[in-house]
Amino acid sequence: MKQKYLFNILFIGLIMTFTTAAFSEEFVIDQSSKSFQLNGKKIEAITIKAGDTIRFKNEDPFFHNIFSLSDLKTFDLGSFPKGQSKTVTFDKAGMAEVECAIHPEMYMEVSVQ
Amino acid sequence: MDIKSPSSKFSQKILLAICLSLMGTPVLAADLSHYLRPSEIPQPDNNRMTPARIELGKMLFFDPRLSGSNWISCATCHNPGLGWSDGLPTAIGHGQKILRRSTPTILNTAYQPLQLWDGRARSLEKQALGPIEDEGEMAQHLHKSNDRSHGLIDELKVLKGYRDAFEAAYPGEGITKKTIAKALSSFERTIVSTDAAFDRWIKGDKKAMSKSALRGFKLFEGKANCAKCHSNFNFTDNGFHNIGLEDATDAGRYAIRKVKILIGAFKTPTLRDIALTAPYMHNGAYTTLEEVIEHYNVGGISKENISPNIKKLNLSNSEKSDLVVFLKSLTGKPNPITYPMLPVE
Repeated sequence: MKQKYLFNILFIGLIMTFTTAAFSEEFVIDQSSKSFQLNGKKIEAITIKAGDTIRFKNEDPFFHNIFSLSDLKTFDLGSFPKGQSKTVTFDKAGMAEVECAIHPEMYMEVSVQ
Repeated sequence: MDIKSPSSKFSQKILLAICLSLMGTPVLAADLSHYLRPSEIPQPDNNRMTPARIELGKMLFFDPRLSGSNWISCATCHNPGLGWSDGLPTAIGHGQKILRRSTPTILNTAYQPLQLWDGRARSLEKQALGPIEDEGEMAQHLHKSNDRSHGLIDELKVLKGYRDAFEAAYPGEGITKKTIAKALSSFERTIVSTDAAFDRWIKGDKKAMSKSALRGFKLFEGKANCAKCHSNFNFTDNGFHNIGLEDATDAGRYAIRKVKILIGAFKTPTLRDIALTAPYMHNGAYTTLEEVIEHYNVGGISKENISPNIKKLNLSNSEKSDLVVFLKSLTGKPNPITYPMLPVE
């Protein structure tokens, strides 16, 4: 009986893991003309779900260095040139401020639900 | 001041496109409209420029009583006769103390979103009081304190000339930290570059730039990699870069934002009126433009945490010379400035 109970818990856990992974999305945010852009439009805020990933892709002919010092998610993607991209997965709900260290005019809020 | 309407800017762009197509020089193939002067001087909604505000700001800017010693004004370091800088490697502050950074020109500072070498002030209004209160710079107290029987605001309030000027500029707001900062900012926003040879050239004056300057511009945008950071009308990306100077003691922008790339990084300065603002770099390391070009030609001196934009250029002597000629084409004839009469009662 106890074994069956543990099996069920494990099974449900696995299902939930796969379900979450299956519904997690990846958003591609371009760095273009020294701004954050989604589908070709400048954005200063984006709302995503916990577990979603943002791919930061540099489309400018110079380096960018995307980072966040927010409590929710602290990261420093380092400098990368045009054509390269790096990803960040936001695991928890909350708000993170994302900037470019080199070009501080580039600022975006990521709301994670 | 040069404030134009959006339609005027559109016409300028059309004119520029026509000129570029007619001139047919290889360097003109690209759209250069991003080098045109913006149609308006940026200014915040809560501090629009008016003649009264500009005039008050000018009085404050030139008044040495803004310093604790009553001897240093804003214009002591930001000298209009020296490209709104001081001609020194690094600034000299209160008590003749030599400071660690050079005095940046305040020319075109209205176009910059962040102020100071490390960008720690997010507006002119937020920057204006910093040097006044800094013990190393002007060492003034705005209010009375334990060791001062009165502060700057008290000193200004006893002068009818200032009381009237503040009332004309900011009716009903009085003489406060906020109105002092606003007035200084209003004046500083009027300190803008005039059209240089380069501006006349992009507007269609074929003779404005020499062949050497044109070759320099082509290098500036291409092989020499300058335009990666010195971009747009004000020849700055308003960004922060470690350019490989020998200066391990100053953390630069890293003190404000703890991100590795910013260790030793400083704001890209404008190149407008560059011939008037030597010495160059945040620590005044170089006295000539030739030295600056050589610094970049060898790919910087210190490689520690250097910006990935900096690389060896392998420029020939004639290419270096052309670049210097081009840089000098960014210097215009400064607007004349008259010294204000300061209130004495």
